[in-house]
Amino acid sequence: MSEQMEYKKVFGRPESLKPAPTHYCPGCGHSVAHRLVAECLDELGLRCKTIGVPPVGCAVLAYNYFNFDMVEAPHGRALAVATGVKRVHPDKFVLTYQGDGDLAAIGTAETIHAANRGERISTIFINNAIYGMTGGQMAPTTVLGMNATTAPGGRDPRLHGRPIDISRMLAVSDGVVYVERCSLSSFKEIRKAKKAIKKAFQCQLDDLGFSLVELLSPCPTNWKMTPKAAWDWVAEEMVKTYPLGVIKDITGYEDKK
Amino acid sequence: MASKTQKGKIVIDRERCKGCHLCIEACPNNRIDVDVSLNSKGYSPARFKETIHSGEKGCTGCAQCATVCPDVAIEVYRAK
Amino acid sequence: MPSEKMLMNGSHTVGEAAVRAGCRYYFGYPITPQNELPEYLSARMLDVGGTFIQGESEVASINMVLGASVAGGRVMTSSSSPGISLKQEGISYMAGMELPGVIINMMRGGPGLGNIAPSAADYFQATRGGGHGDYRTPVLAPAGGQELADLTFVAFDLADKYRNPVMILGDGLMGQVMEPVVFPDFIDLKDLPKKDWILDGCEGREPRAIYSMLLGQQGELYKHNLHLQEKYDRITAEEVRWETKRTDDAAEIVVVAYGTAARISESAIEELEAEGIRAGLFRPITLWPFPLPALRELSKKVPKIAVFELSMGQMVEDVILSVGERAEIYFHGLPGGIIPTPAQVAAFIRSALKGDGTVGRRIDV
Repeated sequence: MSEQMEYKKVFGRPESLKPAPTHYCPGCGHSVAHRLVAECLDELGLRCKTIGVPPVGCAVLAYNYFNFDMVEAPHGRALAVATGVKRVHPDKFVLTYQGDGDLAAIGTAETIHAANRGERISTIFINNAIYGMTGGQMAPTTVLGMNATTAPGGRDPRLHGRPIDISRMLAVSDGVVYVERCSLSSFKEIRKAKKAIKKAFQCQLDDLGFSLVELLSPCPTNWKMTPKAAWDWVAEEMVKTYPLGVIKDITGYEDKK
Repeated sequence: MASKTQKGKIVIDRERCKGCHLCIEACPNNRIDVDVSLNSKGYSPARFKETIHSGEKGCTGCAQCATVCPDVAIEVYRAK
Repeated sequence: MPSEKMLMNGSHTVGEAAVRAGCRYYFGYPITPQNELPEYLSARMLDVGGTFIQGESEVASINMVLGASVAGGRVMTSSSSPGISLKQEGISYMAGMELPGVIINMMRGGPGLGNIAPSAADYFQATRGGGHGDYRTPVLAPAGGQELADLTFVAFDLADKYRNPVMILGDGLMGQVMEPVVFPDFIDLKDLPKKDWILDGCEGREPRAIYSMLLGQQGELYKHNLHLQEKYDRITAEEVRWETKRTDDAAEIVVVAYGTAARISESAIEELEAEGIRAGLFRPITLWPFPLPALRELSKKVPKIAVFELSMGQMVEDVILSVGERAEIYFHGLPGGIIPTPAQVAAFIRSALKGDGTVGRRIDV
């Protein structure tokens, strides 16, 4: 007869995440990213002080999943909206959660200037190298050779230009104190991503400046891969265009091992 | 032969699971397999292997599965 | 205590009035002929502990307004015609999300880059959208000076009362000219209406989400539009404003004009009075809601209506809706930033009275 063991729960849903099941595809990076953001907010005790701005993109309904105040923004304008919120409530915690179209195409100006002003806002940038919500068109982050519905035959540098590295561009600005690129393609990487997100949040709490974490995110549906294959594609292919690691860090924080 | 008790255990919410099977990928001890019977959304959800057969390692409650699960469908428990 | 009488530039007047009305957040971008407004507020906002940001564009500015509004602030932006085009997306979102905010348009010549002279060719844009979807924006048309100050107070009140963006339609002349003005007293921020819907962190309450996307299959967007329309119906019933001069039964002709065009028309009417011509003025102050019922009543008593606009004819369509065939309608318009003298407007009124088509034309209804 097996012994009756007593167990304690060590992993469950964070409070900053509502119990509602999401509409995200199986294996989508958004779901993991949402949970990491929620865990960090819980651990920092920020849920009731947070106002978030979702993108227009697959995460447009993020307010159905995140358990804190949220305001919709027109496509790309999240960082301008967040600026308005933060200037009214400088003592509250303001974050934006945006995809590649929202942050690096239509919202490029708002992104660069909020970052350059050093707005005390933390931005989570979900890079899946494609436009998910609208069905798989080319994104500014689509990598060379990658197929997309508006780049049939694959992204061609002469026809479509090269993929944009907005994180490196933002790092040039003095208003930006911390930029790191992580991925959501394995347990190890997801754990690193969480640390980066928490560090970005800490930048805002310590009034240092603008912070951004870019998360390379699998999109099985629009990449037409299984979730596992999508993980592998991030880990092996996507990182060639978007290498992981710290892009800028002038926070002065010691790395906690 | 007999099943040992596992140091950890997980509870998978069958209806929340979207059958991405990344947890199976992540588990270092091969404690999760696929339940081919569909849930109400039409996915084949992941399923915790309760029984440990000889030669197998048990669940340690490492929570790698839950960490990679996109749908917060897994709760993890560790023995006290 | 209201202020002393001051001589002030029109754009500065709007800025000072906004601050006194409790506005503590301004986001804008330079564009002639309203640069004086952001310049004034870049200093004045600091005086009162407010926030001024020169945004990177008019687009960014209207979105900062949206954010500050949802966070509960009294907030304003300003621009001129081409920049107001850029703001339309944000205004539509604010209307859909039911967010208050004040938008100042000091109109200039268009379309396109146009010129920087005063024009009034944004009537359609202001009153018929100009963003997408079924929504309305209350539009206030001051005729300069004191009214710029007074209507700024009204704009903030209307915006908060109805949770809607509100526009003040000025023009480059109004924005640049210095006129005497007495400001109402400062509003104490503590006396502002409390807002129980804002986002300020969910401490002690359920989290709130404010959005305009309603994708559901149960007719959510349909119902929301009905709700918005009910609000617009209330505004139409309760907030219409207009002014009349000399429109009693002896009037042979009534000029319909707003803003700067109305001021010039008023001088023209005085010239004609000296010649024994009895002409009146009907001056809409809310362009939306347009004072249709009042103009309709007036058109039953007056044989001729003369519409004068600083455009190719936009408000004239609302006049046609109001008047129909009850009176003869004449129209004269000057696009491209041309400002006539009172004598030139008087010539139009005389031509309309004679029906000779020498200045302007009869509108075939």
